[in-house]
Amino acid sequence: MATPLLDVRDLKVHFPVRGGLFSRTRLSLKAVDGVSFQVAAGESLGIVGESGCGKSTLGRAVLQLIPATAGKVVWLGQDLGALDAAQMRERRSDLQVVFQDPISSLNPRMTVGDSIAEPLATAHPGMDRTSLRKRVLEALGQVGLPLDSYARYPHEFSGGQAQRIAIARAIIVQPKLVVCDEPVSALDVSIQAQIVGLLKRLQRETGMALIFISHDLSVVRYLCHRVMVLYLGRKMEEADRDSLFARPAHPYTQALIAAVPVADPVLAKARAAEVLPGDLPSPLHPPSGCVFRTRCPKAQDLCAAEIPAWREPSPGRGVACHFPDA
Amino acid sequence: MTSYALRRLLIAIPTVFLIVGLSFVLMHTAPGGPFDADAALEPAVVANLRAAYDLDKPLLEQFVIYAGRAMRGEFGPSIVYPDRTVTQIIATGLPVSLRLGLTALTLATLIGGTLGIVGALKRNSAADYAVMTVAMTGIAVPSFVLAPLLTLLFGVTLRLLPIATLEPSGSLARTYPWLGPYVPYIMPVIALMLPQVAVIARLSRAAMIEVLNQAYIRTARAKGLTENRVVTRHALRAALLPVVSYLGPAVASVVTGAVVVEQIFQLPGMGRFFIQGALNRDYPVVLGIVIVFAGAVVLMNLVVDLLYGVLDPKVRVDQ
Repeated sequence: MATPLLDVRDLKVHFPVRGGLFSRTRLSLKAVDGVSFQVAAGESLGIVGESGCGKSTLGRAVLQLIPATAGKVVWLGQDLGALDAAQMRERRSDLQVVFQDPISSLNPRMTVGDSIAEPLATAHPGMDRTSLRKRVLEALGQVGLPLDSYARYPHEFSGGQAQRIAIARAIIVQPKLVVCDEPVSALDVSIQAQIVGLLKRLQRETGMALIFISHDLSVVRYLCHRVMVLYLGRKMEEADRDSLFARPAHPYTQALIAAVPVADPVLAKARAAEVLPGDLPSPLHPPSGCVFRTRCPKAQDLCAAEIPAWREPSPGRGVACHFPDA
Repeated sequence: MTSYALRRLLIAIPTVFLIVGLSFVLMHTAPGGPFDADAALEPAVVANLRAAYDLDKPLLEQFVIYAGRAMRGEFGPSIVYPDRTVTQIIATGLPVSLRLGLTALTLATLIGGTLGIVGALKRNSAADYAVMTVAMTGIAVPSFVLAPLLTLLFGVTLRLLPIATLEPSGSLARTYPWLGPYVPYIMPVIALMLPQVAVIARLSRAAMIEVLNQAYIRTARAKGLTENRVVTRHALRAALLPVVSYLGPAVASVVTGAVVVEQIFQLPGMGRFFIQGALNRDYPVVLGIVIVFAGAVVLMNLVVDLLYGVLDPKVRVDQ
């Protein structure tokens, strides 16, 4: 890969947690614990994992919406963590975000037009109202919303429409990267398909890169070029979409893929036994060695003793497991 | 919006009517009457006086007579001070009370709102704790405790402000003569506004903290707005909504507070006439003032509801 757009190096986000009312011990919740990845221009990277694995935290730390504890987020050769607030604000039009809950992420007291125009007006303070309005109407058209949405308020829209508004707000500044943080999880399945289709089309048209955070593998499979699997704040596996879905190397990836519902009841019955046992361990007290070992069908003594190193068995594929499938 | 306001005003008429009716019954069921003086009058004289003011008629009839006159704007003469009509008494008291009440309410909103927002923005800092201390004190210390303490400090010890007079005495008025007309109001306004400052500071602080945790505030930051813009453009309006809706009840508590404060500082406002009227069983004076107070509260609630429609697009006042 040439100079990547985004280069995340060993990023850690730890949240301090008080042990208890009278306890002096301070624990730290390792929401993201040493994750590295790169995103090239125009590429879309899917980040998948169960609820609570640190996907959203990772996305927000990349955007500097929450501070990283350690590691670097390098954007076009520039360390974003080293920028002050004013310098970071200038970068914001390159890095946009679409959040999970579309309605509540819009200010209920602002018209849709004003909400969409705001990032543009912030990035270009000199722009006059007519050209702002023109750009907003263009963006509304791009995301397939009626132009009379301009003067309406968010509560007049459905969830799917509100997410289109959020996407219009994100793309209006022509960002190079949009982080989509579970953008379709709150929507009906039929609407999900429309929104994912819209994102795919917009990416093709504008050449922006996407980081698509989701727990839904089928959506990621449709949209993303590359997929990264997270578990308890650590990277388990990363590979090109086709090879990941065809030959998952990590036992956790295999379990995730096996958990995708299938329409055939006979097949579904045969696969029932493969569902992962147990729950996600507490990120306050992660298991020693490999964090996945408590639920891993292949776990052995080595897994408890040593953290598996990141290895790259073939180009475009990496895995953190002592016993990966080749 | 105009038709909504008109409808609300129409609904206000039975409300005020009910308030006046209840006050009427309460006043007349209270023991004693306007002619119970230290020197007992001849029974025949009292009977003549009662007849002159229709007090010998059945209560219901008295009320019908009173209501009929009141609707024409005639509140009648004061029974205890027969040379003054109730309208004249209200005309002398209202400007004083309005000056006191409006100043207290405006300052309370500005100071309370600012304190609350500063507290919320600097949450858990020394500034925040200071704000909350002021708020808790304001809620815990009633006006009738604060007023004598203020008098003792600024009036008696420091001799800065006048005590219980509208004369511009005290060293502050001597040093800055242009302050003369305002000086007598300083302590009453402080005593009256502090409880309101406290409530408004707490309301706006809580509302601001809640708003700052909203998802759309995170969106605003992700848009690249400065923190100032995030607060002024996105958070402030929502945070002030509970304060606006409190302004209706605030008028009611300023009115009742003013009754106490005017009494303590001897301001010739409506509150003082109200107390004197109640003590003297001067029925027309009390009822006249009740109508003005009730009208003020009803009107303020209407203003608040109309403001709500302006501040919150989800509220449609024209339906």
